[in-house]
Order: sequence, then C-alpha cells, then structure tokens
Amino acid sequence: MDANTFLIQVLNGIQYGLLLFLVASGLTLILGIMGIINLAHGSFYMVGAYLAFSLSQHFGSLWLAIAGGAVLAVAIGLLLEWLLISRLYHRDHLYQVLLTYGLILVFEELRSVVFGDDVHGVAVPALLQASIPLTDTLSYPVYRLWMSAVCVALAIGMYLLIQKTRLGMIIRAGSTNREMVQSLGINIDLLYRLVFALGVALAAFAGMIAAPVASVFPGMGNQVLIVCFVVVVIGGIGSVKGAMLAAILIGLVDTFCKVLTLEIGGVAVLPEISGMMIYVLMAVVLLARPEGLFGKRG
Amino acid sequence: MRKIRVATVVLLGCLIALALLPLVAEKYYIQLFTKMMLMAIFAMSLDLLVGYTGLVSLGHAAFFGLAGYALAFAAPQYQAANLWLSLPLAMAGSAALALVIGALVLRTSGIYFIMVTLAFAQMVFFLFHDTKIAGGADGIYVYAKPVAAIAGWEPFSLENHTHFYFVVLLLLALVYALLRVLLASPFGRVIVGIRVNEQRMRSLGYRTFRYKLACFVLSGALAGMAGYFAAAQFGFVSPDTLGWHQSGGVLMMVILGGMGTLNGAILGAFTMMLLELGFQGLPAVGEVDIGKHWQLLMGGFIVCAVLLLPHGLLGLGRLVSPRPETGSD
Amino acid sequence: MTEAVLRTERLTKHFGGLAAVSDVSLGFFIDQIHAVIGPNGAGKTTLTNLVSGELASTSGHIYLDGEDITGLSADRISQRGVGRSYQKTNIFLPFTAFENCRLAAQSRLPSSMRFIRPALRYDNVSREALRALVEVGLEHRAQAPAATLSHGEQRQLEIAMTLATRPRILLLDEPLAGMGGEESARMVELLQKLKQAHAMLLVEHDMDAVFALADRLTVMVNGNVLESGTPEQIRASAAVQEAYLGTEDAHA
Repeated sequence: MDANTFLIQVLNGIQYGLLLFLVASGLTLILGIMGIINLAHGSFYMVGAYLAFSLSQHFGSLWLAIAGGAVLAVAIGLLLEWLLISRLYHRDHLYQVLLTYGLILVFEELRSVVFGDDVHGVAVPALLQASIPLTDTLSYPVYRLWMSAVCVALAIGMYLLIQKTRLGMIIRAGSTNREMVQSLGINIDLLYRLVFALGVALAAFAGMIAAPVASVFPGMGNQVLIVCFVVVVIGGIGSVKGAMLAAILIGLVDTFCKVLTLEIGGVAVLPEISGMMIYVLMAVVLLARPEGLFGKRG
Repeated sequence: MRKIRVATVVLLGCLIALALLPLVAEKYYIQLFTKMMLMAIFAMSLDLLVGYTGLVSLGHAAFFGLAGYALAFAAPQYQAANLWLSLPLAMAGSAALALVIGALVLRTSGIYFIMVTLAFAQMVFFLFHDTKIAGGADGIYVYAKPVAAIAGWEPFSLENHTHFYFVVLLLLALVYALLRVLLASPFGRVIVGIRVNEQRMRSLGYRTFRYKLACFVLSGALAGMAGYFAAAQFGFVSPDTLGWHQSGGVLMMVILGGMGTLNGAILGAFTMMLLELGFQGLPAVGEVDIGKHWQLLMGGFIVCAVLLLPHGLLGLGRLVSPRPETGSD
Repeated sequence: MTEAVLRTERLTKHFGGLAAVSDVSLGFFIDQIHAVIGPNGAGKTTLTNLVSGELASTSGHIYLDGEDITGLSADRISQRGVGRSYQKTNIFLPFTAFENCRLAAQSRLPSSMRFIRPALRYDNVSREALRALVEVGLEHRAQAPAATLSHGEQRQLEIAMTLATRPRILLLDEPLAGMGGEESARMVELLQKLKQAHAMLLVEHDMDAVFALADRLTVMVNGNVLESGTPEQIRASAAVQEAYLGTEDAHA
C-alpha cells in the first residue's frame, strides 16, 4: 500500500466514522438521557436516504431534498415520540426493544411497498461532482470531503449545544432523573421530545448525505444500527465524546480491514473476516472496560 | 390449588390434541406444526434467559443457527449424518459458543446486555456470511435428514414427516419437563432470585456470574437443539437463520405469550407463526399485495401488543383472576 | 479478651477527593453489640459496605478471624460468615417470606449448581429457613408474599434472611428505621438475644435504642472515628458532646 492509497483509506475511514457518529450520537443521547433503547434508530437513517432519493427526484436538487427531508425527519421524530415512545418511559427495556423492533418491520415494509426492493442511486450535486487528483491515477471525490466537513460542523454544533446551553447542562448531567431535571425548571416532556426528534433528525440527515455515496437499498438501516450499537458500547452510553472517538476508531478499523490482506498459515483471514473485526474490537473493550471507554459504571 | 389443576388439564389437553393431530391432518399441517413446536422449544430456551433470569438477549438466534450449520457440516453432500452423534455435537457446539459469548456479555447488564448480545450474534452472522466456510451469503443445503440408526437398527426415520413430528413433539414435552424440574431445583431458585434482586443474591453469598453463565450455556444448547431439527426439517441453513430478525422474532414470541411461564413461550410461538401464516394469506388491497408485505401487519401488531398487552397473552387470563408470584410455582 | 471476630485496620475509602471513611480501626467481638453512630454522611453505611465487600477499600485491611479478607468479593465475604442487612429494605418482594429465607439458607449448600432434586426437598435448608423465621418471630407469616408484609415485618424478614446464612458477625444497617414503638421494642429484644452468639456491628439513629443495646460505641464524624469506648465513656466525652450528641439532643 503506497502513501496515496493509504491517505485515501484514512480519509474514507474518517468519513465513514463521522457518518457513524451522526447516527450513533443520537442513539447514545436517547439512551443516556431518556433511557430508551431505540432499535428503530437505523430505520431513520434509511428513511433519510429514501427521502433524499425521492425528494431529489421530485425537486431536481439534492439540496432542496435535504432541506425538506430534515424538516420531515424532525416531524416524524416529534410524532413518534408523542404517539409511541412517550408510553415507554416507565416500562422495562424489554418492551422498548419490542416496540421499536415492531417499528423496524413497519418502516422496512413501508419502504418495500412505496419504493420496491431495488437498489437506487442518488446523483451527486453538480456543485460537488469534481475530484481532487492525488496522482495520475488516483483522485479523491470532493463530495466525500464535503460530507466529512458537514459532519465535523455538526459535531462542533453538538459540542457547543452540550457545553454552552441549558439543554446541554442536563445532557451533561446524564440524568434520567425526572425530579432533578424538573427541579431545574425544565419541562421534561418537552425535553425528551426534542432530544428524540434531534436524534431522528441526525440519523436521517446522515442517511441523506450518504445516499449519493452509498446508494439506497433495503436493509441499509439495520446494518448501520448494529454498527452504531458497537459504537455506543465502545464509547459508553450517553457519552457523545465517546461516540465520536469510537465511531472514528470503527470507521478506520472497518475500512482498513477491508483493504488489507492477511493470511495466517495459508488461510486467508483478511479481508475475509473484515466484517467481524469491529465486533472483535468490541470484545476487547468489553474485557478491559465493560462500561465503555467513557461510560459511567453502573 | 384449583388454578394449578386447571392449567395442568389444559396442558394435557393440548398434548393429547397434538399427539392426535397426525391422524387427521394432511402432510402440510403436520409439517407446519412440527415447525411451530420447534419454535416453541427455541422460545422456551430464550424464556429461561429472559423470563426467569432477567437476561434480555437479542442474539439468541446465533445458537439456533450454529447448530443448523453443525448439521450441515456433519452431513456433507448427500450423506446423512447419524442423529445420535451429530445432535449432541451440534448442541455442544452451540453450548460452547454460548460459553464464549456469555463470558463476555455477562460482564454487562441492562441496556448494554441487549446491545452486546445483538452485536456478538451479528459477528457470528458475518462469519458465515462473508467467508466461504459454509456457502457464504447463499447458505448451505442439508440434503439428507439425520439417520437414527443404532447398530443397524433404526427406531424411526426422520425422512418420514409423521415420525419427524412425533420426535419433535416428544422433545417439546421433554424440554418442558426438564425446564420445570430445573426451575424447581436449587439452581432454578437461584436464577429467579437473580432476576428479582441480583445484588441481594450476591450479598447472600451467591456467585451470580456463574449461575448466569450456566443458564446462558444451557439456554444456548437448547436453542441449538431446536436449530438442529429446524435445519433438518427445512433442509437449508443460511446466515439469516442466525440473523437478528430471527432473534427479534423469538423474543417477540416469548414476550407476546407472557414471559417467565414456559407456557407463554409455547403459546407465543404458536400464535406468532399462525399470525404470520394468516397475514401471508391475506388478499391484495388495491395495488398493495398485503400478503407479500405481511411484515407491515406484523410490525403493527407488535407495536399494538406492547402497548395493549403488558403481560402477554397469558396476562389476559390473569386480568380475570390475578395471581401473585409466590416463587413456589 | 478473646480475639476479635472481625477487625478493621486503618480502613479508608475515597470517593474522588472525598474521604468517606478514613483510617478506621475497630474490632468486633462475640457477645458484644458494637454500635456505630454519627450524623448523616459520617461514613457509617460506607463502612458497612466496605466490610461486606460491596465496596472496595482504597487502603487498609479487614481481618475475619485473623485472616485477611480485604478485597474479596461480597459473595465470598458472605460465605465466610459475614451477614448484613440493609438500611433500605432489600428483600425478594415477589417471594414468600419463607422462600426469602430458604434462598438465604440455600446459599450455604456447598454449591447451588443442583439441577434435579426440587429445592423444597432439601430438608436441612428448609429447616434453617424456618429456624430463622422463628428466631425473628415471623413464622406465622411464612407463606405470605414479602410484598404484602408490613414495614416492620419486612425489617424482621431482612434480619431473618441474614440469620439463615448462619453468619458469625452481623452488619445491621439501621434495623429500627421506620419502625413503630412496639415493633422497635421487639427488635431490640431480638438483637439482645442475637448478640450472645454473634458479633454485631449496629448502625442506628435511634439513640435510646443505641444506649440501651450497645456494649461498645464508636462515634464517626466526616469519615473519622471521633471516639470509641463504652457507652459511659461516650456519654462523658466532651468531644462527642460537642460534635454530635449535643446537636442531636437539640434536634430531639
């Protein structure tokens, strides 16, 4: 592997990691603040991607699609929290798992009814279609750089939100203690609704900007969901910082395991079992720190 | 006392009905019920974890599917495996996997446990999906059903669907009885104690990790038993057999029926599979083929069940006559 | 005097920068109720948790029968004969009172990895459970689900469970908390009976009961031992008067 290929893989790994962060940060916040385990979180990623696909065809512009999609995603989040999720706060995790599992089936099948089961591509906007040449034969697409930049910008926005605002203060307290939060004069029902909608919007947004690179296909949400679980487990529940670190780590590990070749005793190991490597990583973290890198014990 | 007798009578009635079914039913229904009973065994094995020990596993299909693959390995090409050899082997394989995964996941609890069991099952999924050890994403066929020969004598033939049915019915009854005995034993009392108050169990001197791990392994082995026969019946194993939809589905069976009761797991398995069949048979409405998109209805059903049936189907009965959990049943 | 059943040596626990328990060296003997008193946050419950193994100490040692048990897990410490009850009732609410004690007694089987014989047919275990219930005077409630017991009965059950494990030392965290006058009197009587065969660490806020029961008193303030001695010595101690008893009396 020469220096340029290496650079490209590093960029790919980071870009994948940043995208994972967008989805995982919402997941970890919903877990940490609301105490809700949301299996349908990956479905929002898928919903975002399909919104980008259909709206960009409708509007003829990915930019308009993303703007419209973001609004829709927030609306979906608010509606779902109000209609279903809010009924789960005092229930066992088991029921949260089941209800959100049911939601996955609903979303996945609705997708099948509306869009069919084919893979669809989404065009990269004209503005970002260029590539930056690295050597005579290698180049890096501008769109991927833009994706990373947007993710970083959102991450900074979240950092400011968490460090500088009252909402952030509660998030930092990592509190699911209703009394404590209410004693601060905060409407907890509204807070939960907003956090959930924010999480949905982040996941959907990740799906929208990923659509031109990853295309849209059945099952894409679940694939992302499980990887995001790994991110949350490694990073520690409720820790946005941990999610960031773990997401980048997993992005790089996954990317490099797919391009490296490794043989042990004549048996091809990589990239054969590259799909398993992030789980191996998770196992190692569990052995060393069962509560995750930035998690609280308990 | 009267209540227990009613339950026993209902159970015996069901057992007799199941035993008589092959006399009246066609092959299709015999095979359908075989499949339902296998899922009931699978669901009971999970109930041991979820309902009794309080460990919500979202990766239980890994043990189910692995045993199926074990059968596929034991029956290469068109050769049939020996039942008495390959079944224990397959179950031991599932138990060994449960031991390894359990040792890791039981370091966590609560929400973590749910996510981590899912993730490790996914790891096993990728092992079979991405590598060539067993046909990759396409899966692998089990061409011949296992042979139950002991020194040339064959008491029954699994190729015969009625024989297969009775073997599975026997296993269902055996597993049920085994779990009932287990739950009444000191071990059974310990795991229920762990569900209710693990910290207190520790302060009473129980090394709870060991009991949870033993339970995890046993549950994995029983799931393996179900998976082995499911693979034999279906004649095919693919990564989806151990995928997370399978894990989610069986968890739904346990909870829908009413967890921590065993009866609920069986009831849940039968109900879910009949519902699936019912949904699949629905006619098209306008342009939408409802039968093809049955998962939509199933998803909606699950959501409604969670909201409306907090104690599962068995809980409906309890609404009529409430019964406190005394730890003596 | 005979050797202490349990002894702590410069036991210390830090939470971050806060020393919840520091340099506590105490001994606990058979036939002696050793009460630990002090204002809220003095470190009494933390001390109990350290001894029972539910918290790991930062430094210092714990000796049981002269053997160092520092750093052992809670289950092992329990197995070696340290039994504890909790400030907040900590029982198995869905189970019957009998089953609560039976589970406790069952923990003394060499192993509970027993899968076949019904738990109820282990006669020794059932006998122990019943004995513990009788000891606290709860045998008439044996078949009642713990959740349906009154608060006082639940406190009694809590003690009975501890007794069913046949401990040599009892760590009792506010056994009288929230009890009515008659229930309290019964519990005081019970503790007096129990001390004959057990060493006892008693954390309690009810000063009347403490001075009625304790053979030895330790006053803790801010994680430190302020004074330790007989009830008479404690009553006479100027430091204690100033730091604790005086203000407590003012409250009452």
